[in-house]
Amino acid sequence: MATTKTWNEARARAVIDDHRALEGPLLPILHGLQAEFGYVPEQAERLLADELNLTRAEVHGVVSFYHDFRARPAGRHVLKLCRAEACQSMGAEANAAKLLTRLGMGWGDTTPDGRLTIEAVYCLGLCATAPGVLLDGQPIGRVDAARLESLAEEAA
Amino acid sequence: MMKVYVPADAAAIAVGADRVAADIAREGRMRGIAVEVVRTGSRGMAWLEPLVEVETPAGRVGYGPVGATDVPSLFDIDFLAGAAHSRSVGLVEKIPFFARQNRLTFARCGVIDRLSLADYRAHRGLAGLERAITLGPAGTVEEVKASGLRGRGGAGFPTGIKWQTVAGAQTDQKYIVCNADEGDSGTFADRMIMEGDPFSLIEGMTIAAIAVGATRGYIYLRSEYPHAIATMNRAIEIARAERVLGAHILGSAHEFHLEVRVGAGAYVCGEETSLLDSLEGKRGQVRAKPPLPALQGLFGKPTIVNNTISLATIPYILAEGAQKYADFGMGRSRGTMPVQLAGNIKHGGLFETAFGITLGALIEDIGGGSASGKPVRAVQVGGPLGAYFAPHQFDIAYDYETFTKADGLIGHGGIVVFDESVDMARMARFAMEFCAIESCGKCTPCRIGSTRGVEVMDKIIAGQDVAKNKALIEDLCETLKFGSLCALGGFTPYPVLSAMRLFPEDFGAAPDLAHAAE
Repeated sequence: MATTKTWNEARARAVIDDHRALEGPLLPILHGLQAEFGYVPEQAERLLADELNLTRAEVHGVVSFYHDFRARPAGRHVLKLCRAEACQSMGAEANAAKLLTRLGMGWGDTTPDGRLTIEAVYCLGLCATAPGVLLDGQPIGRVDAARLESLAEEAA
Repeated sequence: MMKVYVPADAAAIAVGADRVAADIAREGRMRGIAVEVVRTGSRGMAWLEPLVEVETPAGRVGYGPVGATDVPSLFDIDFLAGAAHSRSVGLVEKIPFFARQNRLTFARCGVIDRLSLADYRAHRGLAGLERAITLGPAGTVEEVKASGLRGRGGAGFPTGIKWQTVAGAQTDQKYIVCNADEGDSGTFADRMIMEGDPFSLIEGMTIAAIAVGATRGYIYLRSEYPHAIATMNRAIEIARAERVLGAHILGSAHEFHLEVRVGAGAYVCGEETSLLDSLEGKRGQVRAKPPLPALQGLFGKPTIVNNTISLATIPYILAEGAQKYADFGMGRSRGTMPVQLAGNIKHGGLFETAFGITLGALIEDIGGGSASGKPVRAVQVGGPLGAYFAPHQFDIAYDYETFTKADGLIGHGGIVVFDESVDMARMARFAMEFCAIESCGKCTPCRIGSTRGVEVMDKIIAGQDVAKNKALIEDLCETLKFGSLCALGGFTPYPVLSAMRLFPEDFGAAPDLAHAAE
């Protein structure tokens, strides 16, 4: 279950300080901030630029380059559906389309009640037990259309 | 205390292995039987997962796939003694899928407790590192060169030559970087080795460090692999505590410090120069070569960037000798490849084999054909940038040069099978779409061309000016191939053009295609 907390500069500074001594600390810090807040708040980009002696453009460039970093909080649960070839060969695209249509959602959207975010992912390495998904970090294989529906339903 | 072996591999967990492990422990307690559940890697037979094993005088006996309701009945029939059950698969190493392999890199995977250094040592672990310390740097590099090992990430560059270049560089700091950004669909060998035998990767990287005089190393591990990250981090802690890593490796004067760095969901970071920029904390954009990373790599310092499987194979080569490894294979492809059978396949999983086996043998004999039971129509070999092959080409030998000659690549060893329900125009469109999503933006043909490629494919799928648009795709692919710095733009033409040439019926203006486009 994902946790989302409101911006807190002291906590952000603590995350930065935890990783400051690393070589190339920016990615570990961004992962740390997302673990802390559930996303990378805009205020964090400013703070990072100051603390690491980078421009805001450089920091924003990095944050926006990587698919993992969210600019907005995700839902309480995050369901990542693999859309790569091996899962496609077992019907993943049709299953996903059915689910998204039923929920009236697009890729990356969160349900209006903030319960569930559905994201695309390209390969989870579960290619011999396809289709694969990751629900709040837990891998699940052989997810057919019915199973997908119930996973999305039960994540409450 | 009876030992029961249950995989902690993510693919096994994905089909219930954690629950089975917990159920076995609980059932044992309830029945007053002393049972120790040992978490291993996976044997790589995905259709049997969760595969539970017990030790018998004849060898390990397996039960799989074990469902939640099977555990009490397994105890009822005394599976701890290897008794027969409806889930019995007999002696695990006698299962044809397993018995036909040459398990060198994956010899310990699925066998040992993945986080026990004592178990690792008991199965020839650290013998390679000890020999490397005895041989010294130059002797170790020579051994790797003599093995004929080539980069298992996909490019197939001779590993020993790369090491020699880094060894010869004069500098204050060198790095060993493991590329564990295994983003190709249909591949999971890196994940399996990291989750099933993490010490082999640590040992391989430490040998590399000694060989070239590096003192720091990073494993760039993709965020999509949370279990591999956890296992690697734990294994590194254990290795540090046991002095396999750190200031005095196994009591020698050698020093090596290793750390896991987690990627952030960018496929292109599997390209070595993007990976280095990402490690430095930048956008993962491709660098122009030269300079080679071997001379100016991480933070501008001489750096070995090797694939996970290449590095995890090094301990075998050092422990058993280069010649023993080189005795496997064909032509210039020496040793073994962990082939990953994926997608719509009956017996999917990891099959480590000497080079030279045919594609058809892998798919039909080993893999048992499609999972759906429908005829196999196409297979994609070598990940999302690999070419499609049709059944009439299945006599092709699995070897770097043979695949290059056939306008394909073996890449990181993935094979994705599709049955007759596949629409190859859709797959060609997906190849362009994937390139558009994952392009780092450095090269114009890749950044813009891939989006134009999706648009042109949409027109072909809609039956609009098909001949003209097919010619446009050919032309665009030519530009992508020769106008991109790395394999993302450069190889996207492989799946697109192979699909178009092998399956023209899917790219025509046939009336049903307009329907399929909806």
